[in-house]
Amino acid sequence: MILAVASGKGGTGKTSISVNLARVLDAPIQLLDCDVEEPNAHLFLTAAPSSEEEITIGVPKIDAERCNACNKCVEFCQFNALASVGKAPMLFPELCHGCGGCMLVCPNNAIREERYRIGSVTTRQAGLITLKSGCLDVGVSLASTLVHAVKERRNPSTTAILDAPPGTACPAVATLRGADFAVLVTEPTPFGLNDLKLAVDTVRELKLAFGVVINRAGIGDDRVRHYCEAEGIPLLLELPDDRRIAEAYSRGELIVDALPEYRSHFERLWQAIDNESTKQRGMPYRAGVAR
Amino acid sequence: MTAALDPSFGRAKNFIVYDLQTQDFTLISNTQNLNAAQGAGIQAAQTIAKAGAAALITGHCGPKAFRVLEAAGVKVYNTDVPTIAEALARYKAGELTEANAANVEGHWV
Ligand code: SF4
Ligand code: SF4
Repeated sequence: MILAVASGKGGTGKTSISVNLARVLDAPIQLLDCDVEEPNAHLFLTAAPSSEEEITIGVPKIDAERCNACNKCVEFCQFNALASVGKAPMLFPELCHGCGGCMLVCPNNAIREERYRIGSVTTRQAGLITLKSGCLDVGVSLASTLVHAVKERRNPSTTAILDAPPGTACPAVATLRGADFAVLVTEPTPFGLNDLKLAVDTVRELKLAFGVVINRAGIGDDRVRHYCEAEGIPLLLELPDDRRIAEAYSRGELIVDALPEYRSHFERLWQAIDNESTKQRGMPYRAGVAR
Repeated sequence: MTAALDPSFGRAKNFIVYDLQTQDFTLISNTQNLNAAQGAGIQAAQTIAKAGAAALITGHCGPKAFRVLEAAGVKVYNTDVPTIAEALARYKAGELTEANAANVEGHWV
């Protein structure tokens, strides 16, 4: 079962919710950090990296001897990754999507494939949590490709929580697509509401079962709550604005470890996800039992 | 010629190709590039190389466009003068210095 945790913007506490949710589950669980441009779930968990896998795509390597500078490959590439410079074309691997098309159109068989690193997936074990973090190399624009690489490394036999990149652009959609349930994290402010609406549009488009978590409840107004009521969107949890939570956060501690009284909040969140999943999809979500 | 010089290269609207011998100039449009999500500079650099220019005068040129121009043997000069006529006058007077690296970072870094 796949649970995606997303938010319309950054800084809503999405990762904190994901990690705490993983922690209170009394069963092996996977946490996939799909925020590949800024992975940070590992900062909340004490675990040494157990393995790092390099993620590559196939980019063209042009044999200058065979190439007659016909530019068929340059014209073909939709991503402007090849440039004609009067002789064998020049490649910008950081723009290449690895589609392989240029190799097919080359009439002189001058292109072969070469591996080009776009980032990595690091695996860590922290208690029952198996964390896999995707990390995109600086300057590479293929965030969605790396998100897919992280998702492909999911073990289908246990529950997985996917920490989505903030926003509603391609990498966030790539994370959400195929999830069984989406948790949208927001703050009760006008900005929070605005970004929540965008996130709701996205999950509705993807036809996902979903619900909302309000983080730092009490800092703003009631508009997010009213919006959810009006739209028939289930409010799964309201986490109060508590200075001690912010303090624990700044020390890199989990809420449920630093403040055990909050354990029940996250257990209720699992329960709410379970209930909503049953209601919206006709089947319960949970794989393990929260206690 | 009195038109303003666009400070950015890849997303400039047009390029003027000026022939120093005949003093003729032609306008090349760069409009197909204005909305390119990525690689606008690379495309623009190829347009310049294809036009047969030996030198490019521009406000800012990113690293990728610079690599293409360098490979194609086009020299790059940066200037912040407001008009094309003035940029040209300075070039002719030998007052512009050749850039040996891109002077702005790419956008996706
Ligand atoms: S593999 Fe595809 S994206 Fe990469 S250079 Fe070739 S055509 Fe362009
Ligand atoms: S299609 Fe092949 S021969 Fe033509 S420019 Fe590209 S690499 Fe060279």
